[in-house]
Amino acid sequence: MRTDLSAFRLERPRTLDEALATLASSKERLTLLAGGTDLYVYLNAGLARAGRWLDIWGLDELRGIRESGGYIVLGALTTYTDLQASELVCAVLPLLAQAAATVGAVAIQNRGTLGGNLVNGSPAGDSLPPLLAYDAELGLRSARGSRWVRLDGFYTGYRATVLAPDELVELIRIPRASAVAVTAGRYVKVGTRAAQAISKVVAAFALGRSAAGEIAHARVAFGSVAPTPIRLRALENHLLGRKLDDALVRSSADCLAAEIAPIDDIRSTARYRRFVSKNVWVRFLEECF
Amino acid sequence: MSDPAAETVIRCTINGRAHEHRCHPLASALDFLRYVVRLTGTKEGCKEGECGACAITLDGVVVNSCIVPAAHLQGRQVRTVEGLGADARFSALQQAFLDCGGAQCGICTPGMLVTGTALLEDGRPLTEQRIREYMAGNLCRCTGYGKIVEALLKAAEGGR
Repeated sequence: MRTDLSAFRLERPRTLDEALATLASSKERLTLLAGGTDLYVYLNAGLARAGRWLDIWGLDELRGIRESGGYIVLGALTTYTDLQASELVCAVLPLLAQAAATVGAVAIQNRGTLGGNLVNGSPAGDSLPPLLAYDAELGLRSARGSRWVRLDGFYTGYRATVLAPDELVELIRIPRASAVAVTAGRYVKVGTRAAQAISKVVAAFALGRSAAGEIAHARVAFGSVAPTPIRLRALENHLLGRKLDDALVRSSADCLAAEIAPIDDIRSTARYRRFVSKNVWVRFLEECF
Repeated sequence: MSDPAAETVIRCTINGRAHEHRCHPLASALDFLRYVVRLTGTKEGCKEGECGACAITLDGVVVNSCIVPAAHLQGRQVRTVEGLGADARFSALQQAFLDCGGAQCGICTPGMLVTGTALLEDGRPLTEQRIREYMAGNLCRCTGYGKIVEALLKAAEGGR
């Protein structure tokens, strides 16, 4: 074997209840393994946390896409391939379907999951801006019970979440109303190449205009420009009730610049990220005219 | 493989044959195939799911075996490059790679063939655009991809 695995143990629960019981009784924090597309990069590099790992990939209870009570509900193990293959997702959540098609390439899309993207918590996660733009909520489950938390509020800092040690993400739900309110939407990924690229900047824009032409619904979500994926609330509020014109394009770009906080890292520079974030936003608005 | 207590028995079908081997469940499927099963056709490239050299299929689904735990082979139909031909004869795609010059140094070729075979088998009409999208996770530093695309189109035309 190439990797020393002597300090690693894998538990393979057969049901969700069994997984939750294992989480509840564990004294150490378990590492949850789903498709492995992130964890194995760390493991192969010798950077993964040793100890007990809990394999949830086999739990079919965490799969499936359905509509229920005004929500589109997605299991945490929904893969990027599942998203693209779902007529419901393609029709109602096009920004999420588009994002799914830009993650890695086919072999990654077959294994990478929404729950994994959420919990891995990289600010560059491609599914996160669309989920923010659609007001996604996460169903967290533990042996103690379940609770819903808004994605906008799930992250408490860089790769830090409100998830308790005994909890896992069971479901992701999106209010249908938040999806149908969008009359102009755009998913943007800026990377080094079209496939297999981790985003330098990733964004989802979702605007809804009233019959009179005023902006009545606004969600502007960015990744890779702050320690967590973020919604630009001040920008959204600035847009509401206004009509789209040149002055609004300029003033909203100023709002955007004040709300993002990109850094220099291995994939890009803060300066480039500022330029490109503003440019993709302005281009989107201009194409909305 | 030093700690037998942490090991598990992996039972799966590889290229049509039943296999049973002891292995750490978190060993990568790539290491399992190369070092335990001793099928070395599957290549290690980047070891981070980026290059596609280690592509195999599990129940027909393309995955990068370097980032899949051996545990996930349990009960599955595994296909590696060794399983593409039959009776010492090349598959249509392997022959097309030869005819078109789709292989040069060879390190990407097993992954290209496995991914390409899955693409040919998915039944949708093949266009150059679709080939380039589907094969985007398989990197080749020699051919410039043109001859690989040509080989896939040729294999698709030839039927299977």
